Amino acid sequence: MSSDIRFTDFKSDKQPTWCPGCGDFGTMNGMMKGLAETGNDPDNTFVVAGIGCSGKIGTYMHSYALHGVHGRALPVGTGVKMARPDIEVMVAGGDGDGYSIGAGHFVHAVRRNVDMTYVVMDNRIYGLTKGQASPTSREDFETSTSPEGPKQPPVNPHALALASGATFIAQSFSSDALRHQEIIQEAIEHDGFGFVNVYSPCVTFNDVDTYDYFRDSLVDLKEEDHDPTSREDAKDVILDNEKEHQGVIYKDESSVPYHEQHGVDEDMSVLPDGAPESATDLVREFY
Amino acid sequence: MAADFNWAVGGEAGDGIDSTGKIFAQALSRAGRHVFTSKDFASRIRGGYTAYKVRTSVDKVQSVVDRLDVLIALTPRTIEENLDELHEGSVIIYDGERTTMQDVEIPEGMIGLDVPLKSLAEEAGGAIMRNVVALGAACEVAEFPIENLDSALEKRFKDKGQKLVDNNKEAARAGRSYVADEYDHEFDYDLETTDEDYVLLNGDEAIGMGAIAAGCRFYAGYPITPATDVMTYLTGRIDRYGGHVVQAEDELSAINMALGAARGGARAMTATSGPGIDLMTETFGLIATSETPLVICNVMRSGPSTGMPTKQEQGDLNQMLYGGHGEVPRFVLAPTTIAECFWKTVEAFNLAEKYQLPVYLTADLSMAVTEQTFSPETFDMDEVEIDRGKVVDETTIDDHMSDSGGFQPHEITDDGVSPRAFPGTADGAHMSTGLEHDEQGRRTEDTEMRVEQVDKRNRKVETAREREDWSPREFGDEDADTLVITWGSNEGALAEAVEMLDDEGQDVRVLSVPYIFPRPDLSADVAAAETTVVVECNERGQFADLVEHDVLERVDRVNKYNGVRFKADELAAEIKATLAEGVEA
Repeated sequence: MSSDIRFTDFKSDKQPTWCPGCGDFGTMNGMMKGLAETGNDPDNTFVVAGIGCSGKIGTYMHSYALHGVHGRALPVGTGVKMARPDIEVMVAGGDGDGYSIGAGHFVHAVRRNVDMTYVVMDNRIYGLTKGQASPTSREDFETSTSPEGPKQPPVNPHALALASGATFIAQSFSSDALRHQEIIQEAIEHDGFGFVNVYSPCVTFNDVDTYDYFRDSLVDLKEEDHDPTSREDAKDVILDNEKEHQGVIYKDESSVPYHEQHGVDEDMSVLPDGAPESATDLVREFY
Repeated sequence: MAADFNWAVGGEAGDGIDSTGKIFAQALSRAGRHVFTSKDFASRIRGGYTAYKVRTSVDKVQSVVDRLDVLIALTPRTIEENLDELHEGSVIIYDGERTTMQDVEIPEGMIGLDVPLKSLAEEAGGAIMRNVVALGAACEVAEFPIENLDSALEKRFKDKGQKLVDNNKEAARAGRSYVADEYDHEFDYDLETTDEDYVLLNGDEAIGMGAIAAGCRFYAGYPITPATDVMTYLTGRIDRYGGHVVQAEDELSAINMALGAARGGARAMTATSGPGIDLMTETFGLIATSETPLVICNVMRSGPSTGMPTKQEQGDLNQMLYGGHGEVPRFVLAPTTIAECFWKTVEAFNLAEKYQLPVYLTADLSMAVTEQTFSPETFDMDEVEIDRGKVVDETTIDDHMSDSGGFQPHEITDDGVSPRAFPGTADGAHMSTGLEHDEQGRRTEDTEMRVEQVDKRNRKVETAREREDWSPREFGDEDADTLVITWGSNEGALAEAVEMLDDEGQDVRVLSVPYIFPRPDLSADVAAAETTVVVECNERGQFADLVEHDVLERVDRVNKYNGVRFKADELAAEIKATLAEGVEA
């Protein structure tokens, strides 16, 4: 790929309709910069987006892309990557898309360890449907569908990932542009499933998990005594309900991605114009 | 037609019924005899009645009949379940030493052969071989050379070592000798062998083989009866041709993985049954509106809901034709024989890519788990052609750019088919979406573009109608006043029913329709007939409704929805009865 790719090449000609100040702007910028910095260009990149405010990202970025049905972005990304190991695959969605309607796929995508990047734009609210509780909303977060709060604990996506055998778990904050980009880049470069939960504040419907809240409370793991290659350290950070963290929480450096485990390394888009050679062997098996 | 021979082995699930039946079927096939098999089974791993039936002849057999000549009964229930099919002189092989079989009563007029299957198997090396002892006994009854059974045993057990093969051969001989020594009946059967070479396969396997032949490289699926055999067939085999099978966490994931692979440029497929199609329907709309080529195989079983999961039905026709919200074209293909399962799969992949839409390929339980013999030339791989449709590359993409320089994957064209660019193609980057979109794939709610895109998608159907051959398969007497129309797996039984009717002086013309949408226009055929009867395995007559809709004329219907496939003799009687009613009216 050419080295003169700039992150703006990943921008489409559509103007985002996200609310002014939405965290998704920063999240998307980091993704585009991360892709450009790691040597990708729009023609060798496939972005899969779910449904919701976050799902619009496929429209605002320029690359090969699929804007899918609600909650199924990860299986689509899995299929693209298996068929095309040569293509960079990035899957993006929201907390509702990933941890509610698509939660089942999250667990299994983590287990498969397909070499792709999963960016969850986590604003702890349903924005596009105008403010209902999401799976990461706080227990006492009052919304139109939970007037006294959901009264159930939020999903801990990092814990879910660790329990499912994740090889890369990270947390970033859309407003900390440099760190966010750094973390995305590391996820892209990881050999396996690179999972990044991004705090991406909703300025319209969430007055609790705000920019100020995250700025004040985030602890950067880079500045802590944290060894990301240690599952024990990762567990401590993930189960610490007192603090919000950013940084790479866990990274398995001996990760073997799916395509290596299963020997799936061919570009499946290339076909002959007839049955494959030695296909007649298949008939003989039925003698 | 040469006399056919009908044989079965039955017992409880877990008794090894399936593999025993398969070995015998294989032995007959290897002896140059035609074979048609069927299974009675329940959705459980152990317990419950299960049976494997084999009909064989030196002539082609393509249906089951209500007749059983030799039955290996491992349980009393096996005899009870088959009383209607057993007849005077039928032979029942059983093990009187088995606790449950000690007091078994052999129905009057039938011949009971009490063979100590377990004891003889133990002498040959292990009780597990008792069913093979029974196969040896059956060879003696049917005067079928045991060397053919040896050949099938070798195929089945060769991977487990020569010792096991030899033990099994010995077990078979013990069964044969026991019958020869202990019983001096003269049996009427004489299963001759021929020099013909046949292959023996079921519908699911034919679909799987067709997929590989057609260049399918990616399969994602979730286990479900009776479609699972497609996945198990492909597993380990598709890899040899550069492909891969993924067992997804559910059907939602399976179809979305297949969609992803298809967007990546692979020929991709998923297979499931009705409940899985229900789950896939939302994504189906996305596939259709994003104009993604995909083959979705629906091996139908009895519904609704969990229904009768191991029973036959053709009840999903309307689901495939109309399932999903909104309006979007799709093709529906329904192969009518096991051999056609192979060829229609190849065709489904070509149609999907030429017209960039999802293609339902539908079989049903009775065809999926039924084995039939064919000459190997039936599956001539040199005849397989792959047509990928309008795929652009770096050199041809320039003709399909918008004024602002964006690639147009939904370009408005005369034939409705737009150019397709695989990821990695320079300047081809674009988004595919379930939102209504413009020519570049960008979201739009522009009233004119909406209409243009809807019309463009539908124009693909008109193009396909003109360019492709949607003819039905025809047999019987082309000048007959009676026209029988069917679709899917009923063809074999109907073909034999027509011969029976012919013997009785009743001429019938048959149209067996493998194309549900687009489908052939049968107006002239129905108009030329005095009586038209539509035969199908459902209650509503879903295909009959379509025929009436197309030809604007009422038709008679023969429907079966008790969970069991049509049998040739039964179908002949049903058609006769329907015609008689028509005369009275």
